[in-house]
Amino acid sequence: MAGLEECEANLVVYLHPSKANCPSDAILSELSSLLFTYNETFGGVVLAYDPSIRSNLAKIVPGTFPCFGVQLKAKLLLFNPKPDMVLEGEVVKLTPNSIHAVVLGFSSAVIADDDIRDEFKHKVKGGEEVYVSRTHRKHKIKVGAILRFTVKSFDEEILHISGSLLAPHTGGARWLDKNTDEWSRVDSTATKRDTDKLLINVDTSMKNGEQIEKPKKRRREQS
Amino acid sequence: MGVPDMDELSFTDSQLHYYVKDALKSAIQGDCDFYNQLVAVMHRKERLSAADVALLVTCLKALTGAVSCIDISHHKSLLAAILRMSLWDYGTDVMDALTDALESLASSNGEHVNLCLEMLVSNFVPPSAYFEKHRGPSKKSEVLDRVHSTLIDIANVVPLSPMILEKLVRDKMPHVYVKEQPIVMYVESMLRLESGAMGELVGSMALIVLMDKLIELDVEIAWKDILEDDFQKDVFDFELEDLAGPADNFNQENKDYTREASMQRFCTGNHAEKLDSLMVLTFEHLQCCYETGRLVQVFEILLQSFRITVLTAYKSKFAQFVMFYACSLDPENCGKLFADALADIFVNGVHPEWRMSAVAYLASYLARAKFLPIPLIATMLERVVDWCSKYCKNRGSDINPKAHKVFYAGCQATMYVLCFRMKQMLALPRLKSQLKLMQIDDILGHPLKPLQVCLPSIVDEFLRQVKENRVCFLPERLADQDFLESEHSTVFGGIEKQGMFFPFDPILLANCDRYIRPNYVYWSMVRSSYDEEGTSDEDVADAYDREDGMSIPDEEESDADEFIPGFEKMSITPRDSSHRFGGRMPSKIRPSMSPESL
Repeated sequence: MAGLEECEANLVVYLHPSKANCPSDAILSELSSLLFTYNETFGGVVLAYDPSIRSNLAKIVPGTFPCFGVQLKAKLLLFNPKPDMVLEGEVVKLTPNSIHAVVLGFSSAVIADDDIRDEFKHKVKGGEEVYVSRTHRKHKIKVGAILRFTVKSFDEEILHISGSLLAPHTGGARWLDKNTDEWSRVDSTATKRDTDKLLINVDTSMKNGEQIEKPKKRRREQS
Repeated sequence: MGVPDMDELSFTDSQLHYYVKDALKSAIQGDCDFYNQLVAVMHRKERLSAADVALLVTCLKALTGAVSCIDISHHKSLLAAILRMSLWDYGTDVMDALTDALESLASSNGEHVNLCLEMLVSNFVPPSAYFEKHRGPSKKSEVLDRVHSTLIDIANVVPLSPMILEKLVRDKMPHVYVKEQPIVMYVESMLRLESGAMGELVGSMALIVLMDKLIELDVEIAWKDILEDDFQKDVFDFELEDLAGPADNFNQENKDYTREASMQRFCTGNHAEKLDSLMVLTFEHLQCCYETGRLVQVFEILLQSFRITVLTAYKSKFAQFVMFYACSLDPENCGKLFADALADIFVNGVHPEWRMSAVAYLASYLARAKFLPIPLIATMLERVVDWCSKYCKNRGSDINPKAHKVFYAGCQATMYVLCFRMKQMLALPRLKSQLKLMQIDDILGHPLKPLQVCLPSIVDEFLRQVKENRVCFLPERLADQDFLESEHSTVFGGIEKQGMFFPFDPILLANCDRYIRPNYVYWSMVRSSYDEEGTSDEDVADAYDREDGMSIPDEEESDADEFIPGFEKMSITPRDSSHRFGGRMPSKIRPSMSPESL
């Protein structure tokens, strides 16, 4: 799925002296405070981390209380949807005016009726709400199905995606996969499905409870 | 296209939907006519006719469909109008339409989530006018059911909303100075969140915030409201139970010292009533948790909170009974967990004041918890005694209340527990030998002289019981030894009188008392097991089994003629002035008359 990136970061975590007897726990809890929040430094929402501590030695930094800084390398999984990316999510709610889905279990995506192409018609069948395609009767969007949509915008604060079903390669993922010839004729641009693997060398320092400093970042190149 | 008049109601739902969408879009452009009419409809609150209600509902439904067009900056007044509406002011039709609108709003745009959740959390508590109108309980369930189901629905569509909700619920917790009913209703909703679908996500926050609030209220009740210090040489107070016996001189001077009077005296204070209601709410919640099998997980969170807030608070008065009640529901798990945790803090802790506090809690808990099996009490006691024994083993120094305060606290705790439980322990041969092996007399007879530092009343009672039970392996009191308050015992515990802390003394909150009573050991129970002659082991057990703490045996019991004279059936422990000093164990310790007393 587009929007997922792996990166490797060189980090320095500053720990309070009281954590000296269990630094690995403290480091893990510091890293987990990054989860599910958008991080400008890394350029995405941190979904997972895999730290590897390089050495047992740490530098003590003088200050009001002396913190010690542990250097580590961490592999981070980042999520950063950009406009026109194609994402997939599970449909959780359907209304006559909108479709709501959840991406990767945490990010809420909404597609407003203006962004749903006219091909889809909202119906209520047997008490259940469903969007059915007018041209292909088997192409349905129901609650619990996987939806493929393009990203319109991404709210970094609440991790909310605004999506669109205007493009022909969007809709119910299952039907689209089974019937590629039906819609790929219409759509000339290829869809990106591979994960972009990038290596970013980010020199960052993170202090306990303090602001993350702006790092020196190398320009990322899109593959 | 002309702007339709809202009051005409002559268009269909889909037409209205179109008009509303149009109004919103036009408002962004600057044409606000229809938009302003919409806002005006939202403001209608008082004395709504059926037509008004229908209009409001229809508009809300139309807005629900048009949420994608709502812009947070251009439609400020509309959003403000909707979010200012309180579900408590309307009927169920409007409530349903409003909650649908909120859900739609929250799902459509990340910017709206915070505002919608905030509005729902404010609806945990009705507006102040509600309480004056005395509306029925059905209204409350109508509103709260909808509020909570909407929160869950929003969480299904916006998975990260519980993160925001957690923060909101914590921040919007009413202040202690707010009236009782709003606080109680808010806490009710908080506990409902804890046991609801989002319990795993927001539950621990709810419990921690609740404990914090209980301690805040507890701290607001002054100790001086509970204890009176115009009592002369007698340091002790009597177990304050209802007295129906003949009043003696002692009683007459101090009529106020009945339990009821004491309860009344400070229960009229606001904070005590609030604390009472909140604690009862908590007890009920714990009961539900126990019935659904969640009590142990909930208890672990409470224990964490206890360690951080209650243990470290200066002489918490009643909040700790939450732990007591939880333990009484599940003695094998929670009861043991609590005792272990307290013993750990005493033995392994770092901070001396907290260690003393922990052992005071442990002693009071072991003494008062009727539901704890005696072998467990013996094991816990052994841990305390072991530590004391190791402490004084290689120390030859002399008496010094300040330097060895943790040790003295441990000794006093041991004696206190034994004052309540000695007879029960001696009744079981295995425990009797366990007690013997603890070598308590070595500790108490050590050059550090704990018997001179610990509270005289406790030392007195302890030695008296040793004599009465004819225990050869516990210290004896010499004939001329009389433990009056020495300068050492006044110093013990420092200015804050840490040595005089019995956290599980009978609770003075009337409603809580009903929950605690069946699981509580009253001093009168202990005394009655001594006052009856020829008490067998069963009688000892019986004395402790009496649920209401009355020391009167049933009519069926054979030794019913051992009553203390002047005593009426079904009344409680008589006041007998001859037993004033030393004959009774203090159940509530009061500070002596000295300048440093509280």
